[in-house]
Amino acid sequence: MTETIAVKADRLYKAFGRRPHELVKKLNAGATRDEVSSMGTAAVIDASFEVHRGEIFVVMGLSGSGKSTLIRMLNGLLEATSGSVSVDGMPITGINAAALREVRRKNVSMVFQHFALLPHRTVIDNVAYGLEVQGMAREERLNKARTIIRLVGLDGWADSLPSELSGGMQQRVGLGRALAADTDVLLMDEAFSALDPLIRREMQEQLIELQAELGKTIIFITHDLNEAMFLGDRIAVMRDGRIVQIGTPEEILTDPANDYVAQFVQDVDRARVLTAASVMEPVRSEITITGGPRAALRTMRDLQTSVTFVLNRDRSFAGVVHDRDVLKQVKAGETDLRAIVRTDAISVSPETSLVDLVEPSVGSDLAIAVVDEKNRLLGVIPRVTLLAALGNVSTNTGDLPVIEPPSTISNSVITETLRDTALEGADL
Amino acid sequence: MNDFRLPLGTIVEGFIDYVTETFGFLFDFIRVVFDGAFEFVDLLLVTPPFWVIMLLAAGLALATRGWKFMTGTILGLLVIVGVDQWENAMDTLALVLVASLLAIAFSVPLGILAAKSTVASNIIRPILDFMQTMPAFVYLIPALILFRVGVVPGIVATIIFAMAPGVRLTELGIRGVDREVVEAGQAFGASPWRILRQIQLPLAMPTIMAGINQVIMLSLSMVVIAGMVGAGGLGAQVVASLNRIDVALGFEAGLAVVILAIFLDRLTAALGTGDTPLGRIRAARKHRAKQALAA
Repeated sequence: MTETIAVKADRLYKAFGRRPHELVKKLNAGATRDEVSSMGTAAVIDASFEVHRGEIFVVMGLSGSGKSTLIRMLNGLLEATSGSVSVDGMPITGINAAALREVRRKNVSMVFQHFALLPHRTVIDNVAYGLEVQGMAREERLNKARTIIRLVGLDGWADSLPSELSGGMQQRVGLGRALAADTDVLLMDEAFSALDPLIRREMQEQLIELQAELGKTIIFITHDLNEAMFLGDRIAVMRDGRIVQIGTPEEILTDPANDYVAQFVQDVDRARVLTAASVMEPVRSEITITGGPRAALRTMRDLQTSVTFVLNRDRSFAGVVHDRDVLKQVKAGETDLRAIVRTDAISVSPETSLVDLVEPSVGSDLAIAVVDEKNRLLGVIPRVTLLAALGNVSTNTGDLPVIEPPSTISNSVITETLRDTALEGADL
Repeated sequence: MNDFRLPLGTIVEGFIDYVTETFGFLFDFIRVVFDGAFEFVDLLLVTPPFWVIMLLAAGLALATRGWKFMTGTILGLLVIVGVDQWENAMDTLALVLVASLLAIAFSVPLGILAAKSTVASNIIRPILDFMQTMPAFVYLIPALILFRVGVVPGIVATIIFAMAPGVRLTELGIRGVDREVVEAGQAFGASPWRILRQIQLPLAMPTIMAGINQVIMLSLSMVVIAGMVGAGGLGAQVVASLNRIDVALGFEAGLAVVILAIFLDRLTAALGTGDTPLGRIRAARKHRAKQALAA
């Protein structure tokens, strides 16, 4: 299992001040950050996490929360006061400078907040910098850099100086430099924070595309929760040097570990983060297509709904039936539900984000069906549930389960019909 | 209590005596090397007719700042020739060049050391303060004992006096390099030497050049003092005019120093900013090539 873990941090501490080790000892004994503030600053306290290969792991926190210190311990730019870090299974704490340089050349590269390009070198020389340090011959590294320049969308700028480029383009150079080094792990320290919002969104999308294409392990630092939610496979939320929660964006949004995280996620654009799977409710009104119209009618009467979901025998989603159609069928003595199943119900995949559910939900009275790739019905999202999820209100306030839409035919009519058509009064 | 006196002076004197006796061979060696360097540069400057040197200077002026500076340079040098101080001026220029080059050769590495290590910085800084504020005449005394009368004690005293800004501005320049860019070098596994060579020195260059400019200016200001110990050149003329109360000679020699100073200052300042006519021509050519490529 160890080979699936790209970066592992174990009980990391970083303290600045005259006697950092003593400070860490006090923290270990249970002192708070404020209590030891006279001895120095505890920037990172007891941070442990594992980053899986090919994952985008976001560390999020406000300024001063220790996230920049944390990321700098992952490639040894800062030495951990205590605890250990390993990259690709190799320890990078407690090794000598030459060994550390070797790890930085081969295993982990970095993208910086203010780009940190070499201003006196052209774009292509900047991109090739990591390769140059690795000792690659000039022709070879320039060829490779040219490929990377195309990959990050800077065709035609190879011979320009960084100062001739816009901020977004400069950061593409920064990203290209890190990609060219061809390391498995990419550290990104507030890489998009200095860019204006439109460019930032564009870069985020490009990063996700590149990650899907190249399969890098990315550790991304940000103070922007929306960015964290958009990029992160998993997010670690930091506060005052400690990691307060690690989880998927949905876990953090729907199940915040404490008030701090809850307050933090209040303003996030929930519609973009939450997916159909995270808000859907169990299907209550479902029947199998072979059950026949009488069973369908009875289900609808019991649940007081006018529509029910119909499943095929292999439990794949067939469509919906409406109570009026079923009533007619029962009265006519027909037994094949297939004739009246409507297939106009909207079905979506579990990964669909809520923002894409709003429009279909507006256009239809029916709850939206959530189906997996084999077309099996996983759950439904009634309009009420969607609204509640977007507004961050619990839907579990009432005693009755939410079933939409309400029945259009009174109970007595249904019961009467069922009785009138009953065969030898067998079922009621 | 009245009899008590700190014997500081005696201690220093004893120390210098000890150094002279024990390391005499070393100072003889230094004397030969410095003297040789000075004679060589002086020969280069004095041997050709004045207009060769003047054309060279004018060419440098044109390349670094443009035709205005070139015109000024030619006029200034013609004035020096006109007051018959050319040879003395070239002696002085040789002394300044040798002393400055040596001062730079010592001060830039010291500045790098001070930038890399806070301990070194804390040790070097008070020594620099001492070197810079101690009246420059005082250096001449031990220098005279150690190197005997001539151009060498002048060069040594000049180096000591002029080094400080070179060290300080080198340290300042390197410490002022964007921390993130240095971190980038480290993050890609560059060695400290490579970071120094490829990142810190190029980015600190404008500040270092400002320091070098200051070193040259201070060297020139030491010229007169060096003249007192037999270094010759314009300094000797000024000292002679002081002894004879010769206003005319004093003014002419002094003016020649000023002209040299202005020329060297403008020249090195232009090199420091990197914004030279040559650089502009190169940039324009590159720009045209790029446009041709795009078209």
